[in-house]
Amino acid sequence: MTPLLSVRGLAKHYQTRSTTLKILEDISFDVFRGKVVGLVGESGSGKTTIGRSVLRLIEPTAGEVRFDGTDITKLSSAEMRRRRPRMQYIFQDPYASLSPRMTIGEILTEGLKIQGIGSRAERLERAKTALEQVELPADAIHRYAHEFSGGQRQRIGIARALTLAPEFIVADEPVSALDVSIQAQVINLLRDLQQRLGLTMLFISHDLAVVEYICDRVIVLYLGRIMEIAASEDLYARPEHPYTRALMSAIPSPDPEAKRGREILKGDIPSPANPPSGCVFRTRCPSALDACATAAPQLREVRPGHFKACIRDDL
Amino acid sequence: MRTEPILEIKGLRTVFRVRGREIAAVNGIDLVVHAGETVALVGESGSGKSVTSLSVMRLLARGIGAIDAGEMLFRGKDGTVRDLAALGEEEMRRIRGNDIGMVFQEPMTSLNPVYSIGDQISESLRVHRGTGRSTALEAAVALLDKVGIPDARRRAGQYPHELSGGMRQRATIAMALACDPTLLIADEPTTALDVTIQAQILDLLQGLQRERGMGVLFVTHNLGVVAEIADRVAVMYAGRIVECGPVAEVFRNPRHPYTLGLLNSMPRLGAASAMKRAGEKLNAIPGMVPSLADMPAGCAFAPRCGFAIEACRQNIPALESVAAGHGSRCIRWQEIAR
Repeated sequence: MTPLLSVRGLAKHYQTRSTTLKILEDISFDVFRGKVVGLVGESGSGKTTIGRSVLRLIEPTAGEVRFDGTDITKLSSAEMRRRRPRMQYIFQDPYASLSPRMTIGEILTEGLKIQGIGSRAERLERAKTALEQVELPADAIHRYAHEFSGGQRQRIGIARALTLAPEFIVADEPVSALDVSIQAQVINLLRDLQQRLGLTMLFISHDLAVVEYICDRVIVLYLGRIMEIAASEDLYARPEHPYTRALMSAIPSPDPEAKRGREILKGDIPSPANPPSGCVFRTRCPSALDACATAAPQLREVRPGHFKACIRDDL
Repeated sequence: MRTEPILEIKGLRTVFRVRGREIAAVNGIDLVVHAGETVALVGESGSGKSVTSLSVMRLLARGIGAIDAGEMLFRGKDGTVRDLAALGEEEMRRIRGNDIGMVFQEPMTSLNPVYSIGDQISESLRVHRGTGRSTALEAAVALLDKVGIPDARRRAGQYPHELSGGMRQRATIAMALACDPTLLIADEPTTALDVTIQAQILDLLQGLQRERGMGVLFVTHNLGVVAEIADRVAVMYAGRIVECGPVAEVFRNPRHPYTLGLLNSMPRLGAASAMKRAGEKLNAIPGMVPSLADMPAGCAFAPRCGFAIEACRQNIPALESVAAGHGSRCIRWQEIAR
């Protein structure tokens, strides 16, 4: 089976007056049809840059992004626009991502209109269907974003991505701005929709616990590099990379009994303007050796389907 | 742990005037913080947790928000107990940053971009203690060192934009502790930070509290953080405390359906694979928080509550004692169990 999305050697650099910021380096992964792949990492890990690059909302500096067999980085903007209905984006902030001056109906039909799909009445029908899919009443089309709560707005953002009947969705921190009781509602909704519609998704989040609920495979990023890739069940049961372990250990557990010996990473995430030599995580890694400073570790398979970029096998 | 109360809030009610209408964001809460303990105020957006902390600091926007009823008895460094609700602005100014330290969510907005870190930390010493400029600056460097900022002397001369988010939050903590307060109010101090940095800051706050025996009022939406840092917890919903008690007791044995719902709706690390195999979903709380301008009759949680009965919609339930130091504002608390 060929993957729906196949990313190879993706890089994104920004040139400032004095330096080159290497935001992404050598990112390669596949997303198979009907599967959800999670991108997790902290600020500056490059997860949003990957999400935007694979939809060409920003232009990558190097690498290939094959969508259904075609390298979309080589497409003209007209060819790209023809493919856009097949790939959609859900944004993090349900307040900033919906225009306050458009009705929900206008927001939901805008993409269809730009793509020249259907008559006005047909477009409104599709908008209503999408609202139904996200469990909002159809009369929402006459109202404005400010009339809805944060959770409802995020449902509208999801509905907007669905109106074009995409195969592939990049969901960028879709529940991070929501309260925990509402977050659970939206996580359940996204999982339902993904399974019911057979969607393929790239799910971006800083929250490892949320990612686990949605994703089949998880990619752990640090400073623009992949640290670990594994099936989510395997990753959470047996994390292999010291960074993944530290990240899991840092999440405060709501079980007061579970106050395990927490491993606190020292220091800050380094600047992409001046990343450490060799392994970018070595400056904060509790298990770093001298050898970690010499060469960037390559991803290697430690078990079937489980990859890590770390030279140590004795941890 | 000492037992003298540092802060005793009784019947606090804080109202906002919006388009001629009066809306109670905090509606009659009682809360005690003792020396040496951390009390977490937890709740979702609009629950009134931040308005409670702003009320204690008397930082409500003038002309919009006001304390309508209640007292907030505060024991200052000199041992005198005063009602913060009754103090004038001049007296409050002598207490804020001196007897009460404050740390907010967004270190970039609570620091002034045009003053150096050292200047900002030494300012409170100069203002409250009349310390001379160079002595205060030396103290600021020592404080920065204390909160774990490497190369403190150089950092003291830098400006907020030159520091990372975690470093900035350490600097605001240094600022809050400069005058050795008896009470620290920390309002979502780790919410804007990455999780590995959050772990560092929680660890720092715990260490400093143990060392200084301060009372800490910790406002957060994150139940994991509560379990990590607090001795006691008060769960707020729509302006009222719906459950309170020792953290281990409340989390193990929640007796209010909202607390139970919050705990059940939290994704837990390592739990999802088994749930997915079993075809289970997260237990979301249905519906949403009611608008403060349009509160349901009776218990504010009743419209979202699986336990709600007719009586719940009649009267606002009282905070009943369910165990030593553990209270629940639910008439069916005896039937609620994890």
